[in-house]
Amino acid sequence: MKQLIFACAVVMILTSGSPLRSGYDVGDTATDFKLKNVDGKTISLTDWKDAKGFIVIFDCNTCPYSKAYNDRIVGLNTKYAGKGFPVIAINANDPESSPGDSYDKMVTHAKKKGYTFPYLIDESQSVAKAYGATNTPHVYVLSRATGELKVAYIGTIDDNARDSSAVTKKYVEEAVDALLAGKPVQTTRTKAIGCGIKWKNS
Amino acid sequence: MSALSANPHSLNLAVGFSLGNWMKYGFFQLFLFLGPSCMGQSIELVKLDKLQQIIQSEKEQIQVINFWATWCAPCLKELPLFEKLHQDHKDIRVRLVSMDMDLDPDPEKVRKFATRKKLQSEVLILNERNPNLWIDQLEKGWSGALPATLVVNNKTGKRRFIEKELHDGDLEKLIAGVK
Repeated sequence: MKQLIFACAVVMILTSGSPLRSGYDVGDTATDFKLKNVDGKTISLTDWKDAKGFIVIFDCNTCPYSKAYNDRIVGLNTKYAGKGFPVIAINANDPESSPGDSYDKMVTHAKKKGYTFPYLIDESQSVAKAYGATNTPHVYVLSRATGELKVAYIGTIDDNARDSSAVTKKYVEEAVDALLAGKPVQTTRTKAIGCGIKWKNS
Repeated sequence: MSALSANPHSLNLAVGFSLGNWMKYGFFQLFLFLGPSCMGQSIELVKLDKLQQIIQSEKEQIQVINFWATWCAPCLKELPLFEKLHQDHKDIRVRLVSMDMDLDPDPEKVRKFATRKKLQSEVLILNERNPNLWIDQLEKGWSGALPATLVVNNKTGKRRFIEKELHDGDLEKLIAGVK
């Protein structure tokens, strides 16, 4: 019995390190959500009646990778919102462990950076958990087909966090361009070093 | 040669200069050479294959490999746990692998940090770009989020990987899992 309890404890510890492996895989149907935007309004994906899909980005104010990608994220919305793929940024960081990621700081950040897209707070972290987001910025490209939102790409924005001028693969742009052209997405999953999402009680 | 004998003065000048040079730069080089060893460990930049070779060639000791970065707040919070493990368990090999180079090409930031914090565990700096090409080679279960910790026991062939900030007692449980 003791051994069983010990084994369970070990399993719990190991799985708690990756509570999000149960998140979405490419091809899964993404469910909609209702989250508060920096303008105080509650937003869900059904608000965009004409969108062909979404570039959902789990992001935050404080992570150096988020800072490195800030302008590139604004650029993605500029390039693709008009084509039917708006950026939806979501901050899921627990403000208790990361005070710079509080709602008030999000409002200031969005204003300062001139965000032209929603920047939503995932206070309960339930959306980040449902998606399986682990770090920031973590991108999910969703494609709308017959009323459903399908996950078409999961991963990083491009292959060079350090230097945007030295990027050779623009993963998100390639994925959205393929969807717009009605072609299959070539690279559907990528990985990148990033800041782990600050989970509550972790 | 004829030029030198024609003007012996210039030879003296040349010798004088090189001696002066040695005085000036020789000591500086001596300082560069001895400095790091006096102040702390010398921290190596390693490529992925070298890191994997290090991990695989450790036959006797259990290894605890922590992936961290100087900019990562939760990494710095858990760092004392690794330092304590290194101090208390000489039979466990603790390695702190910095991921700083992914974002910042200057390794000095890591070296200065290690000196300032007087880190006793072995520190390595992974000198790789484009993580999408190498993360899976190192650990398939890793999304790339920091902090992350890998515990390896080459004797039993067991590995444990965890992708979150660790707290008191977590490391001991991970280590028990590879025994």
